[in-house]
Amino acid sequence: MIAIIDYGVGNLFSLTSSFKKIGVDVVATADKEVIKSADKLILPGVGAFADAIKKLRDNGLDRVIIDEAKKGKKIMGICLGMQLLFEKSYEYGEHDGLALLKGKVVPMENRIPANLKIPHIGWNALGFKRESEIFRYINDGDFVYFVHSFYADECDDSVIATSEYGAEITAAVQKENVYGCQFHPEKSGSVGLNILKAFCETE
Amino acid sequence: MITKRIIPCLDIRNGRVVKGTNFKGLSDVSSPVELARLYSDCGADELVFYDITASFEERKLFTDILKEVASEIFIPLTVGGGINTVDDFDRVLKCGADKVSVNSGAIKNPDLIGQAAQKYGNQCVVLSVDIKRVDGEFHVFAKGGREDTGLDAIEWIKDGVRRGAGEVVVNSIDTDGVKNGFDIELLKIVCDAVNVPVIASGGAGSVDHFIRLFKEIPDIDAGLAASVFHFGEIEINQLKAELRNNDIIVRL
Repeated sequence: MIAIIDYGVGNLFSLTSSFKKIGVDVVATADKEVIKSADKLILPGVGAFADAIKKLRDNGLDRVIIDEAKKGKKIMGICLGMQLLFEKSYEYGEHDGLALLKGKVVPMENRIPANLKIPHIGWNALGFKRESEIFRYINDGDFVYFVHSFYADECDDSVIATSEYGAEITAAVQKENVYGCQFHPEKSGSVGLNILKAFCETE
Repeated sequence: MITKRIIPCLDIRNGRVVKGTNFKGLSDVSSPVELARLYSDCGADELVFYDITASFEERKLFTDILKEVASEIFIPLTVGGGINTVDDFDRVLKCGADKVSVNSGAIKNPDLIGQAAQKYGNQCVVLSVDIKRVDGEFHVFAKGGREDTGLDAIEWIKDGVRRGAGEVVVNSIDTDGVKNGFDIELLKIVCDAVNVPVIASGGAGSVDHFIRLFKEIPDIDAGLAASVFHFGEIEINQLKAELRNNDIIVRL
């Protein structure tokens, strides 16, 4: 069973539906026991980094996520959920993240040419950087759907795919059992569903 | 690099898709869920659903359809029509919408844009504007294009973006339903005025109209249309193949 961590950030209708569509048993929950008993975890998120990390901490979910990940449970962060996996974010201030991955989240502003619009919103191509099981059913150059204004930088060797938007933007990461997608697999058509399917099948 | 988007728009009334010419004389076209699935399979980059019903019962029917679509189709969904309060945002976002478009509701209460942007983020708030030329000026029209508000369209769009709209849909009443091409003159002015994505709507009649749109206005992000897609006059996969042949970046 896959547990989508429901900590009150954004609505989880599409994400839950996408797992149902690929025939995977899924539950959206904030219950620590359910999270501990799940086979894999999904950390979603939209909105501001500071709000999101505060909500996780207020519920004590940050500890559960870190403990489960350190025990080797597979976890995938999506969009802001991916950004939360890093050490720090510089979104309106400086905030500590879950630090499951090395790197920091920085504004795209100043990193990309001024004529490009922010947020980076729309379909962009994935460029593979390293092999990953989650790419098993998709191809280099496939398109996925992004909506974000900040991105993960200085991620060491965890970057498995990037996208080009005036600069090379971190699109997907993996370090051992910790995965992340800056884009929205649940909004990326069959390519996105295939990424989720491959993640569910990892052992 | 980010692709240009092709967006079919589905007007929903009584649980069915409808489309009129110049907003009058609506005619039933098809089932929303079936049409949405067809478009997604053909490469539509996003779908827009407009709720053009009025009654409470029909509104419930609309959100039921929205849920059904969002359970089956995994591309971005924008919902508009009857959005007057932050609660209306909440109602459709819970049913699987990703973005919410405001039109008359924002004209009546411009603060709605900022309130929604603060709660859900700018990327969630789409300002949809119906525009018509009146004595050589671009005016904002309300109530489905029936009422001249007297507002200057370009100023209204700039104000909306300042308040937090993350995207603008420009619907030209002058070109809508006529199928003679998009309103290039108006769209150029809007693209120069704001730095958020601009979606062109009104006037698409052929593949060439889309090519002209993206060639003549490099800053435009998306082309939206309804009837030409609903009646199969333009097939989205063929349209996108033609765009690519013309060096326009699209998702194929």
